[in-house]
Order: sequence, then structure tokens, then C-alpha cells
Amino acid sequence: MAAEPIVVIRELTKTYLQGDLNVTALNGVSLDILPGEFVVLMGPSGSGKSTLLHIIAGIDRPTSGSAVVQGINIAGLNESQLAEWRNQNVGFVFQSFNLIPVLTAAENVELPLLLTDLDSKERRRQVATALELVGLADRGHHRPDQLSGGQQQRAAIARALVTDPALIVADEPTGNLDAKSAGDVLTILQSLSRNAGKTVIMVTHDPKSAAFGSRSLHLEKGEITP
Amino acid sequence: MALPLKYNFRNVIVRWRSTVSTILGIALVVAVFVLLRGLARGIERTNGNTGDPRNIIVVRKGSQAESGSLVSREQFRTVQFLKGIARNEAGEPVVSAELVMIVSAPRRGAPGEANTLLRGVTPRGMELRPQVTLVEGRWFKPGHREVVVARRLASRFDGFEIGGTFKAGAERLNVVGHFDGTGSAFDSEAWMDADECRAIFDRDMYSSLLFRPADPAAMSELIGRIESDKRLSLRAEREVDYYAKQTMTAVPIKYLAGFLGIAMSIGAVFAAMNTMYASVASRTREIGTLRVLGFSRRSIVASFLIEGSFLAMIGGVLGSSLAWFVYVYVVLRGINFGTLDFQSFAETVFQFRVTPDLMILGVAFSAAIGFAGSLLPALRASRLPVIAALKSL
Repeated sequence: MAAEPIVVIRELTKTYLQGDLNVTALNGVSLDILPGEFVVLMGPSGSGKSTLLHIIAGIDRPTSGSAVVQGINIAGLNESQLAEWRNQNVGFVFQSFNLIPVLTAAENVELPLLLTDLDSKERRRQVATALELVGLADRGHHRPDQLSGGQQQRAAIARALVTDPALIVADEPTGNLDAKSAGDVLTILQSLSRNAGKTVIMVTHDPKSAAFGSRSLHLEKGEITP
Repeated sequence: MALPLKYNFRNVIVRWRSTVSTILGIALVVAVFVLLRGLARGIERTNGNTGDPRNIIVVRKGSQAESGSLVSREQFRTVQFLKGIARNEAGEPVVSAELVMIVSAPRRGAPGEANTLLRGVTPRGMELRPQVTLVEGRWFKPGHREVVVARRLASRFDGFEIGGTFKAGAERLNVVGHFDGTGSAFDSEAWMDADECRAIFDRDMYSSLLFRPADPAAMSELIGRIESDKRLSLRAEREVDYYAKQTMTAVPIKYLAGFLGIAMSIGAVFAAMNTMYASVASRTREIGTLRVLGFSRRSIVASFLIEGSFLAMIGGVLGSSLAWFVYVYVVLRGINFGTLDFQSFAETVFQFRVTPDLMILGVAFSAAIGFAGSLLPALRASRLPVIAALKSL
């Protein structure tokens, strides 16, 4: 029996006002993503790939259509429910790493766990596991400015993983990295999908990066093109 | 769960260049606030430290202070022979009929004159005030134009040194000694023989009566008897209560502390607001990230309020410490302060006091400044649209 999709998108539309212009970012997108898939969203700037990623991740709302992720129609959740849902179900990796500069790598990784019921001992254990998984076990006490770009992005992946979410979204995670570090980061994401069963959705411009995914989707003018 | 406090502490420390002027501004506001409150506290303590709980003071009905009271010799005699008044070894009633006058004397080391209280006191009056002790020279002799002045007052007026003289009415009084009122209101007085005082000022009336009941339990009964006697038309109360009510002097300083506190805190609130707005602006993406990770708007508001209050409290601790150092310096140098008593219009001498509770009040005041200054920036931070915040540079 085929696995149930973890992401079910139907007739998703997103429009927003830019000055006096009504801009359509997504135009009736429908899409299913299965658990453990590594889906790559590609397309030119303004094609709607980041908007689609944001809606799936629960940080943006569709104008119409439905986005059901892990059985929850996230468009129906209010602000605080959505925040809680994100914390429990989605791990985020950003292009600019988005680590908190005054906190160490370990403290950054621990942040999402502060919203759980885990005690500090358990939190520390999970942080150590996540850092070890991305090869930063010995860098936990370093602040972001003491880490290289690649190490910072790996710390960000550890932060995305630490709550053990089913879905990891990455918005151009290699955009600010050199080729070697980019390769390391993509390998980790691929491994999470292949070996840990995580569903990874990644936005990228780079065809080489896209090669790490199990499926590529091309968006143009707010629609998925064949 | 809220954001960890270390996040706020480290942000304040990391941004120390931009926050240091805010901290210093708040420190100054708190120092002035604590010092002014300390002055008011000093005056209140001086009045609260005056009198003997066993004594009853009597003034004219309707008079709030001795300086505005007149008690006739007949009233004095009636009170003197009331039942229940203590008698000394010689069998005399322990009642002192006293005259309080205001004299003007030249300031020491400053131009102009200031008023001071001259108390005509009887030997009974001195027995009734054991907290007043001679520390230098000798007591005045009855029938002589001699005066003993408070040691703390001596440093503030010319001619108040032993051997000096000053003018009272048409006469000159010779200073023969200094007394210590142990931090009481008597430290703002000069004492002389009551009869001589009446003669100099040609007064037939007294200002007040001071006496001690034989039985402390009869105190209320004696007060009631004097108050209810319509012929006497006098007001009686425990001496300590009378002085505790003489807090009018501290009122202007309290108002000044309140006014300056409010005026300066408005400036400090804006300084804190400016710093916190800048902090929010420079951390927009950070705030967006925290929201994405699942932190609620409420926890973002709480975090910035904590940070602003913490920042201000650093200023509060600095300001309170500064006030404390000023206080220690003043105590070590033995400096006394003087102000106008708004009841007697005479100079009242006091020592200002910075107590731990005032310092804590100063820190709490700074926290309130920080909280008020952070509220709008915190709300702004919490309302940032997540996606726009993430795209911020």
C-alpha cells in the first residue's frame, strides 16, 4: 500500500498587493509530497517557489486553496496555534543561517526545545545528539561569529532537527556557502531524507544542488511546470 | 516558555556602546531621585526622633505648632495643678512653660541672615528632655542673657561659637555652650532661660507647656481632660506625636523629588525607548527567526520588556550607588543640611539619609522607566510580519 502524502496542496493561490498592483505569487498549485521525499523547488526569481515553501511551513497563509501538512489544514490555524504547530512539526534552514549571534551554537540549537516540556538535562542530551549528527559536537560552545559559514549552516540544520520534526524546509541553504561547505550541507539534508525518513523541501537556484533531491519541481509564474 | 534571560543580558552587553548613554542617563535620574528622597527622609527622621513618649505637650487650640501658639500664665497655672502630673524630688510639678521665638542671625560663610528658633526653657523643661545633652561649655544661668545653641546649628551661623554673641530682640545674647539634640528637631534650636526670654521680647504669654504625667497609664485621661476643658481652650498631645506630625518641612522637598522624578523620568523613558527601538530595528531578522521557531508574540514582548528593564536597572543600581557614595561622603565629612521650616519659618537642620530601602526604591524606579520605555518597541517587535522580518538585512 502506498504511503499517505505528508503534504497535500490543492488549488493553492496566493496574491498580494505590491503598491497598487495585485501580484499573483501562486496560481492554483496542487501538489502531493510523500514522507521521506527530498523535493527541490526550482524556478526563476518571483516564480513563487519561496512563497510555496513558506505556506507549507506555516509562516505564510494562502489566499485560497488548501495546504494540509501531516493531516492538519494549516490555513485554519490561528497565529498562536500555527507557532506551536511550526515548533512541533517543521524544522527550518535559512540561506543566511539566522542563528542568534549572542547565543552559542548549542544554545541556538536548544532554542526550539525551550518551547517543549523537556527538562534541561534531556534538552542538553538532544542538543548534543543533533550537533553530533551534523559534525559539530566539538563546536557547541562557540558563538556563530566563531564558526565558518558551513559550520553555521550545519548548526542551523541541527536546530532544525533537534525537535525531531517530520518536515524540514530549507530556503536556498547553500546560497551563502562555498562549494565544499555547500556539498557538506546538501549531503546532510540528503542523508536526513534517505536514512532518517525526514521529508525535506528545498528551494534552490542551483541545478547542482537540485541533483541531491529525489524529485525536482519547476515553478514559473506561480505554477508548477512540467 | 519565555526566551532565556541570557539572551537579553548578552544583547545588552554586546550593544554596550549604544546602551551606555541610556544607562548613564537613567543612573543620573535615579541618583537625583534617591538623593532628594534622602533629604525628605532626613527631615522626617529628625521630627520622628524628637520628644519623649512620657511627655505631653500643650499648645493653644487651633495652633499646629508652638511658634504660632499662645498660652497664658493663667492657663499655665491651671494645667500645673491638674491632678496626675508628676512631681520632682522637690515636690514641684514637672511642667515647663516655654516660649519659642524666631530670631534672625547672620549666616556663617554666606551673605544674609536666616531665622532660627530661640526656646526659652525652664529647668523642668531640661529635665523633661534627657535626649538633649551639653557637649561643650556650660548651661545658661537663669537671670542671665546667656544662651546654649545646638552644636549642629553653630556651624551654620556667625556668632554661635562659644564666646560669640547674636542679637535677639533689642538685646545681645552670649553663647556659653553647645548642646547635642541627638538628631532631633532640638538640633535646630538655641535655648535660654524662659523668664529672660520673656523679658527680652516683652512677652506675657508662653508658647507651649510640656509636662509628664505621674502615671503613664493616665496619659490619655490627662490629654482628654485638657482638651475637653472649655475654659482652657488648649490642645494636648503626646510630645512624640506632636513632632511626628511636624512633617510639613519635608513636603516641599518631597514635591520637588516627585516633580523632578517625573520630569527627568520622562526624558529617561524616551532615552530607553530610543535605545530599544534601535535594538528592535537591528534585530528584526532575529525576531522573525524566533517567531518561525515557534516563539509567540507574547514571549517576544516579554523578552524586550525584560531587556529594557534590565538595561534600566543597571542604570538604577549605578544611580543608587552614586547616591550612597554621596551619603557616605556627607556622613564622613559631618555635613549638615538646612532648610526652611514652613511652620516656624526658621532654619531647620537635618542630616540626609540614604537607606537601603531608598536604594531599592531607586532601582525599582529605574525598572519602571525601562519597562515604560520598552513597551512600544516590544509591541512593535512582536507585530513584525514574520516573512518581512526574515527578509530584513
